[in-house]
Amino acid sequence: MIAPYLTQKTWLHRIAAGYKLLALAVISIGFTQLSDWRSLLGATLAVLALYLLTILGHWSRLRLYTPLLPLLIGIGALQACASGWEMAVVSITRLVAMILLADLVTATTPMLAMMDALAPLLRPLRRIGVDENQVSLAVALVIRFMPVLLNEWTQRGEAWRARTGRRPPLRLLAPFAADIIRLADHVAEALDSRGFQVKRSQERSKD
Amino acid sequence: MFDTRDIVRISLFAALIAAMGLFPRLDIPVAGGVPITLQTLGVMLAGALLGPWRGTASVLLFLLLVAVGAPLLAGGRGGLGVFFGPTAGYLIGWVPGAYAIGWLMQKTWPGNLFLRAYVAALIGGVLVIHAVGFSYLAWKVGMSLQQAAVADFVFVPGDILKALACAYVVSIAGPRGFGAPKHTS
Repeated sequence: MIAPYLTQKTWLHRIAAGYKLLALAVISIGFTQLSDWRSLLGATLAVLALYLLTILGHWSRLRLYTPLLPLLIGIGALQACASGWEMAVVSITRLVAMILLADLVTATTPMLAMMDALAPLLRPLRRIGVDENQVSLAVALVIRFMPVLLNEWTQRGEAWRARTGRRPPLRLLAPFAADIIRLADHVAEALDSRGFQVKRSQERSKD
Repeated sequence: MFDTRDIVRISLFAALIAAMGLFPRLDIPVAGGVPITLQTLGVMLAGALLGPWRGTASVLLFLLLVAVGAPLLAGGRGGLGVFFGPTAGYLIGWVPGAYAIGWLMQKTWPGNLFLRAYVAALIGGVLVIHAVGFSYLAWKVGMSLQQAAVADFVFVPGDILKALACAYVVSIAGPRGFGAPKHTS
């Protein structure tokens, strides 16, 4: 799997995540204001140059864009037929520029820094009874659960293959779903018995 | 709003959606040469088995992880870029989709569990997600709604199969326990 984060440090790595997100937001508004195809094409080429210069030497990253290509070509063709090639250039360049810029932020910001930058945005969730600690517990659990789930499924698949010689059918999903939910409840009990109690005070006041 | 058990289940289904992007292929026929990701099935299951609020929370948690840069979408994609792409609507549509499935599952209708889950998955998982998806596509690239709907239609058969799979899993894994009231200790 190609990781979106670039481990090799670039100049963009040194800028704080918050500023990068802010810049992304401002530039995205700027791009929607531009409507002349010449200026959009110019801006997009500048973004492309910036992108290529930043990821210099990590060309494998470009492979992540291959699923997007047929889509862009399709959109471009439809647009060109329906409303002329200028419109096609406008919509394609807007899309490409924004995707590249957003990807630059992702490529140069570690996940934890991004989480920290987003934490203030999660604070309003407190009003509906979700606090940041719960979100970070959930994020940690997702990351921990993924290999467990893959492992559980692979074991089932192998057991099935050993007994039937065929590929595992979708039918295995049902006991799998029941088992992983049981697993989740064990984890919850373990967390509770170790004193990880979320929002008990609130719950009591609600009752 | 959520106790520990809820948070763990929400995380579990977010992880399930993520893992479905990596799963070695299951036996699902491929429609029109377009490879189908199983991730929508994860979204349908989250809504159907966790109920509207927890199902929605699960999807939001998954999308948060994608947004901060985890390469969890099928094909190892992730990061903010996907939310600027033309197909971002299909991801955003997962949120109301999961909610709709959970809500519909809670309604008591005539018919057995399989049928109810199938109808809920069709409405929430296919109709809602695709409606958001192609409307967003049309808005984002300035196509007409009809054009976008036609382009969208290629992906409908695969998702109908996923709705069937979802209904099957729900009918076997059962209604019991998953949307059940929290245990009080």
